[in-house]
Amino acid sequence: MKHAIDIAAAVNAKESSASAELATSLAVIAEKNEAINAFLFVDTDGAKSFAATVDERIAKGEQLPLAGVPVAIKDNLCQTGVPTTCSSKILADWRPPYTATVVERLIAAGAIPVGKTNLDEFAMGSSTETSAFGPTKNPLDLSRVPGGSSGGSAAAVAAEMTPISLGSDTGGSIRQPAALCGLVGIKPTYGLVSRYGLIAFASSLDQVGPFAKTVTDAALVLEVIAGHDPMDSTSLPEPAPSLVAHVNDGVVGKRIALVKELYEGADEEVVASVKNAVAALEAAGATIIELSIPELRLGLSAYYLIAPAEASSNLARYDGVRFGLREEGDDVTEMYEATRTAGFGAEVKRRIMLGTYALSAGYFDAYYGQALKVRTQMIKAFAKAYEQADMLIGATTPTVAFEFGSKTSNPMAMYLSDVFTIPTNLAGDAAVSVPFGTGENNLPIGVQILGPGRSEATLLAAARVLEIADGRA
Amino acid sequence: MSSPLSRDEVAKVAKLARLRITDAELEQFTEQLGQILEHANDMTSLNLAEVEPTGHPFGLINVMREDEVRPSLDRDAVLSQAPDAFEGRFGVPRIMGEAP
Repeated sequence: MKHAIDIAAAVNAKESSASAELATSLAVIAEKNEAINAFLFVDTDGAKSFAATVDERIAKGEQLPLAGVPVAIKDNLCQTGVPTTCSSKILADWRPPYTATVVERLIAAGAIPVGKTNLDEFAMGSSTETSAFGPTKNPLDLSRVPGGSSGGSAAAVAAEMTPISLGSDTGGSIRQPAALCGLVGIKPTYGLVSRYGLIAFASSLDQVGPFAKTVTDAALVLEVIAGHDPMDSTSLPEPAPSLVAHVNDGVVGKRIALVKELYEGADEEVVASVKNAVAALEAAGATIIELSIPELRLGLSAYYLIAPAEASSNLARYDGVRFGLREEGDDVTEMYEATRTAGFGAEVKRRIMLGTYALSAGYFDAYYGQALKVRTQMIKAFAKAYEQADMLIGATTPTVAFEFGSKTSNPMAMYLSDVFTIPTNLAGDAAVSVPFGTGENNLPIGVQILGPGRSEATLLAAARVLEIADGRA
Repeated sequence: MSSPLSRDEVAKVAKLARLRITDAELEQFTEQLGQILEHANDMTSLNLAEVEPTGHPFGLINVMREDEVRPSLDRDAVLSQAPDAFEGRFGVPRIMGEAP
């Protein structure tokens, strides 16, 4: 499949059309989606109408950054009139009356939303196995998970159904599936991208970001969706940063720290890829140092109290009154209980209960309060590291893509697959996962590059160096 | 190993969260939540009395705008997604008992 930047160039030059590019995308979806289950809903009619509009705009002389580029949207982002389920039975029949800012911006930039992709229910999971609508298969090996929670969006791009997609990352939900599917994934700085229309999981951690096959395509999408949005009170005031223009800036003179806590415990083949990536960056002119940041080890524990606590509050709104499923009961409390019990799956219930416990009288200080203090420690530790280095590097995930069912009976084992990605979310910083090398069964390995807030241009330039060194572009 | 939380506590939390759980789920959740809380011992055992908590990465500030009339979502469009709506309102089961 053509890259997004090439599709847009061809459509802008009238060498191709949005309608033709959409037809290609829809054909691949028709051929592959049944086996992969990347899409929960393909909006064929809506997409054709968006494509016709783009072709009219181009005919009138407009030039659009994503002209005619098909895009897959994670099904926790609202689009008017299009089913938005969060892969949950509780929202199975819901059609939002408004569109997320990120989707609006993609449409304005000429992209064609083709449909909604599968995820772990309410983005709670690392494999898409908690989806109420069946798991997504990893297109590179159908016996393995694509990662999660944005597994459908990763699989859509890996299977070349669309060149780009949107996911959301609360604790690694873009970077981990990007790593497992051999893609570039960006977790932007908190507040860089609007959360308006993103169905909330943990509001102080959630961020929307792109998947793409190349660094340049990922940069292009982030440039379009980033920037201040008055509809999100946590949106940063600045406009979108310039990213595509800087992807070839390289790493000459940049200080990059290899961080022990960001690869220790990973499989040998993953550690080897990280070290090869470090060597490639050094060869490209970066200065490499080694750091230990012991505070990062506490990330998992802090995250699995903070995120469920916020989720238990955010998911209180699913009560059978304003939207979604209702199961009848004799009184209003019976109705709430019947609705929530029937509507939520096991992982969502587990996290709601964990969060409710962590926030309850008698345990608040010991668990939630303590986790917020660890968050402070982590932010300080990152800030100190960024006095010594421009970027940090480590693994994205401890292993390559794992097999279905291998972690479903043990929540703690599943949670550990996010151990390297979680610290960035707690700090509100930026991070990129880029494929570098392969492991067992030729499956891709992701290397993670982390930076302070608003360092996306620097991180993407480093990712681009690795992409070239790995022979990917 | 004894779990850091009891079955009774898990049952109480389910009630607070408006969830009904079966005996089998009670058993399973007690064990699994216990494992997660045990993992958190690395954090709960630290002395962080002097550390300020962080609820939000960059600190939230109140965002103000001019108090002016703006278009909002169409009422019928919103109500069309409600499980029960009548006369421009959301319908819910009876909250009060019969009048004495």
